[in-house]
Amino acid sequence: MADDDWRMKYVDEFRDDKLAREIATEIRQEASGPLKFMEVCGTHTMAIARHGIRSILPENVRLISGPGCPVCVTPQWQIDSFIELGKLHDTILATFGDMIRVPGTCSSLEVEKAHGADVRIVYSPLDALEIARVNPTKRVVFFAVGFETTVPAVALAIIEANKLGIGNFFVLCGHKLIPPAMMALATDPEIKINGFICPGHVSAIIGSAAYEEIVRLSGIPCVVAGFEPLDILQSILMLVRQVVKSRAEVENQYSRVVTREGNVPGMKCIYEVFEVGDAEWRGLGIIPRSGLRLRPEYARFDARQFLSLPVVAEHSGTTGCECGSILKGVKSPLECRLFGKRCTPEHPLGPCMVSSEGACAAEYRYAR
Amino acid sequence: MKDDTILMAHGAGGKKSAELIRQVFLSRFSNPALSRLGDSAVLDSIQGRFAFTTDSFVVEPLFFPGGDIGKLAVCGTVNDLAAAAARPIALSAAFVLEEGLSFSILEQVVDSMHAVADEVGVPIVAGDTKVVPQGSADKMFITVSGVGEIPASVEPPAPDRVRPGDLVLLSGTVGDHGMAVMAQREGLRFSTNIVSDCAPLWSLVGAVLEVATDIHCMRDPTRGGLAAALNEIASLSQVNIEIEESAIPINEGVRVACDLLGIDPLHVANEGKMLVIVPESESQAVLSAMKKHPLGSMSSVIGRVNDAPEGSVYLRTRLGTLRILDTPSGDILPRIC
Repeated sequence: MADDDWRMKYVDEFRDDKLAREIATEIRQEASGPLKFMEVCGTHTMAIARHGIRSILPENVRLISGPGCPVCVTPQWQIDSFIELGKLHDTILATFGDMIRVPGTCSSLEVEKAHGADVRIVYSPLDALEIARVNPTKRVVFFAVGFETTVPAVALAIIEANKLGIGNFFVLCGHKLIPPAMMALATDPEIKINGFICPGHVSAIIGSAAYEEIVRLSGIPCVVAGFEPLDILQSILMLVRQVVKSRAEVENQYSRVVTREGNVPGMKCIYEVFEVGDAEWRGLGIIPRSGLRLRPEYARFDARQFLSLPVVAEHSGTTGCECGSILKGVKSPLECRLFGKRCTPEHPLGPCMVSSEGACAAEYRYAR
Repeated sequence: MKDDTILMAHGAGGKKSAELIRQVFLSRFSNPALSRLGDSAVLDSIQGRFAFTTDSFVVEPLFFPGGDIGKLAVCGTVNDLAAAAARPIALSAAFVLEEGLSFSILEQVVDSMHAVADEVGVPIVAGDTKVVPQGSADKMFITVSGVGEIPASVEPPAPDRVRPGDLVLLSGTVGDHGMAVMAQREGLRFSTNIVSDCAPLWSLVGAVLEVATDIHCMRDPTRGGLAAALNEIASLSQVNIEIEESAIPINEGVRVACDLLGIDPLHVANEGKMLVIVPESESQAVLSAMKKHPLGSMSSVIGRVNDAPEGSVYLRTRLGTLRILDTPSGDILPRIC
């Protein structure tokens, strides 16, 4: 109880509406010319929509949502693969909750569960490991999706499984890395971004130094931001000030959580188990060195060994779907002709609608 | 020998069934209408209009902080009647039991149904029990139906009677029940202090009826939470409802757990809260009656009804911005990060 009291006081300070309005006024006074800032992280997208932050910004400051929703950028063929694994005899699928409704090419985990697949929702990969421990006669496959924030816990589960000799725990690895995706966006000539609002949770692991190369090569300012309205508004003001003064640096608004070096033991844990490889981002295509795969010494945990099918490439996607352009911030959800008509949170056609964190889902839910 | 486990025979209609009814149900729910053991309970005549409702209850786990499936079943049906301004006069209870369920669990649940029905002053006059093979049901399902009497002087509140200019009152905090059950089910170690708000609301509604002459709508925001209830009302009454975020009380533990899991507390189920929508002229009297009641001490005016856009619900955030408050899409699922 005492812990909660402390935390709530803390959170309330960052939801102080008077202060927020003052910062919004400063942004209005200082921002000149049209400015486009990209919030990379899905949790930021949600927070911006939930608190209606767009509507207190001046018209010349636009926020666009980047590719930072891990569920949204998971390619459909990978969901298909996970579903295939669930059809194997004596197999339990373990997944984070928001993957359940995401459509693969012809089905979703929600539908497969209704048809008899043993699908369990877990909050942590360690819960999946526990399922494997108490079900020694079953194969337990965990769908490892997510960015640097979620990877350490998955790595830990694998290290633990290795140490305890748990032989029925496997992962289907779809992990992705944020800085390479930001670099791809920053250097894409189609995109004109004036600043990145960098993900607070991911940065807590990788450290703010991870964005220094992006700033150096692209000249786009970066500010690491927390998730309360005040954090986000303050980060926008910091970006505005960098642009106005023609500066391009990595600044850390979220210093109460994020350091320059990040979580060194966490990073060590990641690279003990995983190595960097190319990865496909739904809607963006293959980005070099933007994903993780198991190191050869941990290959026995790779669930792909049970897949008889060759890894299928992404099919061409839904005709008319603008998610690629939306993930790049070139178009807004409202500019897609499927948005809110054929494509809704109940029947998502494109990646940005599938998770509540996706740019289209957030737009649909809070701003239509 | 006294049984300690539910067997298939307990549902077969023979001696074992009779024993179960006597040992577990009759001994607790004793009342004249039930004790006659007729195929139907016969009730005294009801004056004027009556309300009739039914609800099935499945919950995992059966016991959670603040309640259990039995209390939930009685409260749920009582609250549905109360929302129609109906004083509960009789309930029925039908049980589907899984073979192998322990008697003591069943007895605890039935005890708890009895206690809450007694508190409300409503008899359980009819019942049924079926037993299904192990694996065919998850321990216990309960269906409770109820009839209630609407005072002759009251125009029954309904979700299509809300009008522009009405005020929206809420009897207390939101999100407690859903998060208490989720925390218990998922073993969320950080949220051990969350307690379900499960409670029978008839006496609170009774207090409101004493001071109000024209309640347009009452609804207990259960599954889908406050957001779903308000959207249904806005859509059925073809009005816009605007809610003030800062006016909605949320317990600290619930808010922390929701923040961590990325869940909107306005989408989370409640089992002991009532939304009351009244003309502005009645709102002060109704609010003070609600606040005087122990189950309504945290009541507040949370919003107002406007004429357009029809069928929509808006939330005025703490930042002073306006956004859509939508109905949740399906099951509430925690996010990845």
